[in-house]
Amino acid sequence: MTFQAILFYLFGAVLVAAGLAVITVKNAVHAAMFLVLAFFTAAGIWLLLYAEFLAITLILVYVGAVMVLFLFVVMMLDINFAKLREGFWRYLPVAATVAIVMVVEMALLLTSKSFGLATTAAAPAADVSNVKSLGRVLYTEYLLPFELASVVLLIAIIAAIALTLRTRKETKYQNMGEQVRVKAADRLKIVKVKSEVDEAPAASATSAGEGSKS
Amino acid sequence: MIAQITLSHYLVLSAILFSISVAGIFLNRKNLIVLLMCIELMLLAVNMNFIAFSHHLQDIAGQVFVFFILTVAAAESAIGLAILVVLFRNLKTINVADIDELKG
Repeated sequence: MTFQAILFYLFGAVLVAAGLAVITVKNAVHAAMFLVLAFFTAAGIWLLLYAEFLAITLILVYVGAVMVLFLFVVMMLDINFAKLREGFWRYLPVAATVAIVMVVEMALLLTSKSFGLATTAAAPAADVSNVKSLGRVLYTEYLLPFELASVVLLIAIIAAIALTLRTRKETKYQNMGEQVRVKAADRLKIVKVKSEVDEAPAASATSAGEGSKS
Repeated sequence: MIAQITLSHYLVLSAILFSISVAGIFLNRKNLIVLLMCIELMLLAVNMNFIAFSHHLQDIAGQVFVFFILTVAAAESAIGLAILVVLFRNLKTINVADIDELKG
């Protein structure tokens, strides 16, 4: 058994175990950690397939960014995980049956001799750089999809911010536009008041005088 | 058969991973966060198929495709988690059974 075969079986076993742990553990934080392990092991298997750039990208993007985002969200939300696991054991037989049947069917097809999938490709030559060959097609043949991918990421940034941005009710903001646009008539109001009748001051003066006398 | 790692070994491994995540969607059908994790696991299995074929057909296009899938998947999980946060803020739950505002 070659060293590559040993690595493949080791990584495959860890990957399957981590995948099973993701779907069965009680705590969602533990599930996220096992998903990190699954991604990391998958990156190892991708290295066995000589896809060095994508393996590193998987670790940087998924383990570094996406899973940290998952962990943030899981820890930020106050969730009763026990209630969410209702029906877990009830659905376990169905789920296990469907999954095992799927695996057996696909394995029968993929390992059969007639499809010619049991081939081994030669390793690329020592001076061939995966990053260089990937970049060469990415910036020439796939330039438009590459730029569209950046637009997709921009839309994702805007959508994530727009969805979660919240203006708090208790915070007071100045509306600069309204402040600049204001006219004197908005602030100062001239009210026409009827002039006082002449008897009234005299009457109040006499009553005040009587009050002071008594 | 055992000692030589062929294309079908990688394909069977990703088939196992895909089936695990399908089972995960069955089992955790109430927990929205674990459902998103299962979808990520599924995408990983698909990407592994792409890379295995890319290596065995000596065609770099498969790896370019995986590159774009990773981009779209990162955008998808960012927006999905943002929707999840807004949903939890408004409804105080992430139970799929309680999310029936649309009466579908």
